[in-house]
Amino acid sequence: MGFLSSVKPVCIVLISFAVLALLSFGANAEDSPKPTTTKPPAKPTEHGPIYTAPPQPLPEPEKSYLPLFTLNYPRVQIPFEITLWVLLASFAKIGFHVYHKITIWVPETCLLISIGLIVGAIMHSVHEQPPAVLTSSVFFLYMLPPIVLDSAYFMPTQPFFENVGTVLWFSIVGTLWNSIGVGICLYGVCQIPALGVQDINLQENLLFASIISAVDPVAVLAVFEDVNINEQLYIVAFGESLFNDAVTVVLYNLFNHVAELPVVDAADVFLGVLRFFLVGLGGMLFGLVFGFVAAFTTRFTRKVREIEPLFIFMYSYLAYLLAELLSISSIMAIVTCALTMKYYVEENVSQRSCTTIRHVIKMLGTVSETLIFFFLGVVTITTDHEWNWGYILFTILFAQIWRGLGIVVLTQIINPFRTIPFNFKDQFGLSYGGLRGAITFALAYTLPNTIIRKKLFITATIAIIIFTVFIQGISIRPIIELMNVRKTNWKLGTINVEIHTRLMEHITAGVEDLCGQWSHHSLKDKFMRFNNRFIRKILIRDNRPESSIVALYKKLELQNAMEVLDTISGDISAAPSLISLHEEKASNKSSFKPKRTFLASDLTAMHEILSKNMYKIRERTMSYTNKHTLPNDSRAREILVRRHTSIRRSLRARSFQGSESARSQKYFSLPLGQSLDTGYATESIRLNADGDPALELHNRSVRPKPRPRSKQPRFSTTRARLDPLQELHSTVNMEDEVRAEESSHRPSRQSSSSSNSRSRAPLQRHSSLGTPSVGEDDPEGDEQQLESPPPAWTPEPPDRGSGGPRNPLLRRAQWKPQDK
Amino acid sequence: MGSSQSAQEEQEYRALAERTGFSLDQIRNLHKRFKHLSHDEETLRKEDFDEISDLTPNPIRSQIIDAFFDKRNFGGNEVGRVQEIGFREFLTVMSHFRPLRQNLTEEGIERIRREKLRFLFNMHDKDSDGTITLDEYRSVVEELLSSSAAIEIETATAIADAAMLEVASVTVGEMAPGQVYEGITFEHFLEILKGVEIEAKMHVRFLNVDTTTVRCGKL
Repeated sequence: MGFLSSVKPVCIVLISFAVLALLSFGANAEDSPKPTTTKPPAKPTEHGPIYTAPPQPLPEPEKSYLPLFTLNYPRVQIPFEITLWVLLASFAKIGFHVYHKITIWVPETCLLISIGLIVGAIMHSVHEQPPAVLTSSVFFLYMLPPIVLDSAYFMPTQPFFENVGTVLWFSIVGTLWNSIGVGICLYGVCQIPALGVQDINLQENLLFASIISAVDPVAVLAVFEDVNINEQLYIVAFGESLFNDAVTVVLYNLFNHVAELPVVDAADVFLGVLRFFLVGLGGMLFGLVFGFVAAFTTRFTRKVREIEPLFIFMYSYLAYLLAELLSISSIMAIVTCALTMKYYVEENVSQRSCTTIRHVIKMLGTVSETLIFFFLGVVTITTDHEWNWGYILFTILFAQIWRGLGIVVLTQIINPFRTIPFNFKDQFGLSYGGLRGAITFALAYTLPNTIIRKKLFITATIAIIIFTVFIQGISIRPIIELMNVRKTNWKLGTINVEIHTRLMEHITAGVEDLCGQWSHHSLKDKFMRFNNRFIRKILIRDNRPESSIVALYKKLELQNAMEVLDTISGDISAAPSLISLHEEKASNKSSFKPKRTFLASDLTAMHEILSKNMYKIRERTMSYTNKHTLPNDSRAREILVRRHTSIRRSLRARSFQGSESARSQKYFSLPLGQSLDTGYATESIRLNADGDPALELHNRSVRPKPRPRSKQPRFSTTRARLDPLQELHSTVNMEDEVRAEESSHRPSRQSSSSSNSRSRAPLQRHSSLGTPSVGEDDPEGDEQQLESPPPAWTPEPPDRGSGGPRNPLLRRAQWKPQDK
Repeated sequence: MGSSQSAQEEQEYRALAERTGFSLDQIRNLHKRFKHLSHDEETLRKEDFDEISDLTPNPIRSQIIDAFFDKRNFGGNEVGRVQEIGFREFLTVMSHFRPLRQNLTEEGIERIRREKLRFLFNMHDKDSDGTITLDEYRSVVEELLSSSAAIEIETATAIADAAMLEVASVTVGEMAPGQVYEGITFEHFLEILKGVEIEAKMHVRFLNVDTTTVRCGKL
């Protein structure tokens, strides 16, 4: 098994880390006179008294000298230990991804638990108890909210609302079904005297069943995502796990309460049911209110971008805490809050804040979950278990049976209402994907001590988690692949797909209206209209209803620009790398392996149209939407500057190659459409692609599938004159100068000789190399050439071409003299 | 309603059900709706569609209405437009939006998928020449974006261009210099929408129960 070998380095790290951690615990046992309240069992009873008796074996200053070195461990103990644990768990996570193939076949949760088991074994061997940081209040107040917020915030909104009925049906009814079914069955089993668990009453069984009915298919979702499973199945699994956490916690609290009652009568049951709905709906209401308030608040955060993300977290957390305060479903509150505000908030906050929000939410959620799984592994080893074969086996058996049965029965009921019914394979995927995870364990671990059989419950819970996570989690991928469950490629991000999805939505909504029916699509249509007309006006600062097509378009555009930025900044960051890069390119040129095809004239024309229009979009949108630009436009400016330099470089790179190629001199990504007919012109375009990584990127992003380029070697003799190294030095120098000049808006030393042309300076440098270089054309000239695109693309030439002043290229050309 | 008339109607419904795949209940429903829209006439005209208030805010309203008067969508091989349609045509166009039945074979799904895509394609291809030209594509995108006021025509054009470029690069890939991408043919159309589960997305749940009467007052 390659698993072990690759984990070895990680293990070493971990073991060393664990030793460190143990040392600290040992130190704790020695140093602290009394353990802090958060970790009562952390005090090893057997050697506790022995060690506490000699107080402080540290260098205690006996006299009144100023202590040079003191240890004050109790002071930092709690945060210190938490930090160590988090760090340890995070290291484990890094470790898994060092070797990729593991995480494909073995879910991460399995690995985490395994690492936890190892650490637990080490701790056990040195008779150390794990710190009992996982108390009920810690879990519910600090660990659960990030997990839930994470999944709620990253819930794909649109498919979720398309399947909301099914999701709620499975999560609410399904969880009830599981809890009650398993609970009653286990109660029945408890009556068998041979098992020796007759003392567990019905309430406790129900409580336990409700705990283990929370499915947590993180691992399964990852698999689903990987194999491109159909969207419906994915979203139902996702949504179910999210909402059944809510249901489970409500049930848990309910049964927890009931379990303490000596007798339960009909009124209690009725009140329980009533309370169930009250708690759920109340939480939803709370979330809705806070979501809208949060969205509304971000309307005014334009001036305080730094704390923008904070509002999101604080409002969600506040919703959670307040719901907790009122004992309504806090999970429901935070979930609805996140779902409600996400859409509006992301439009209000800046791009940077948006990224921050997403990252922080993901990070917190991951840390929480990692910790719980890790902790599970540790606890499995270090606590003493109450192992009851019968009860545990029956638990696993019933959990599986009721899960499968529940899915089948509930699907039969919901299928007539679904447009795309779940077939048998989908049902299997759903029921087999019902892993138990972090929340289940945490709920069991935080059971009140009044439950007599708490240990048995914990043991049984750990058993079922390990069973499902290891066996089902590992086997689900091959099984899903083998069964050939319906798949969708739902991650397409092309404009055409987006356009047609919208088109279809509108058509179906229209047809529904035509039939006079009022169903999903027209309902959505109406909501969107209402949303655009009212809600957005209130909640969003720059309210411009924006079609998702445009949004996608901008996103692709931005992505493209960012790639450009990355690449360019990458290769101008260090001079040596630049040189090698150029050398490589130069040798490429001279050895001339034609990797790229020539673009057909209309394709290049399309490029041209596209890039010009993209510029326009950016410029225009900058003024009114802050979604993709920074408040101070610094990024856009930066891109411009970078592009500017890259253009210069590519200009320079070609300026000494001969007059013919210079004739078709083009900017960044705008190859000339019309001059493509000549061999030289195409040549220069290819060169442009060579000399300018940005263009290459641009091309690539436009054609999503990289396809083999045709081999059409066209040799240009002029190239032979090129002396890359000599050129390079000047290029590097120039580069810096140009950049300095552009960023500081100072007149450049180079350009002093000529005032009107921005490219004259490099030109002179190169002409001094003795290469006959005919003028870099005036940008205007090129512009005019651009205005007559090939016939296939003529429809509105004046419309596109005449935008002289708006044209970024032109504007740039004008910008230059202004700087001087 | 006399018994003979209803029997005849029943007969007709059956024939239609066979042809379009709707259930009798659905046909009955749709017929009621048809009658309602046409004000108890035998045929529907464009003006009747214009009266549907729910449809007014739909950005591609005219495209949808046009689709109902396009002979290509009537199942035959004819090309052209008609001025008014009968119930049969109405139903035929509607049948493009039937949800998938269960237990369909792969081929069956593929066939339905093609039909649906053909419907979409016809919507784009206004002059029925078998290709979607850039102009045609632009006009669709413009209409699609017309609902959001902030979008200027230029933007729509840019997006249509980008989309067209995408099609060209996906389908043709490398083109010889001087070659011109004339427009999207149906094959290319199939190719670019390969990943979209169109059979799962483009459908309407035709109700078996009658809801039209409930909404009569609102229209």
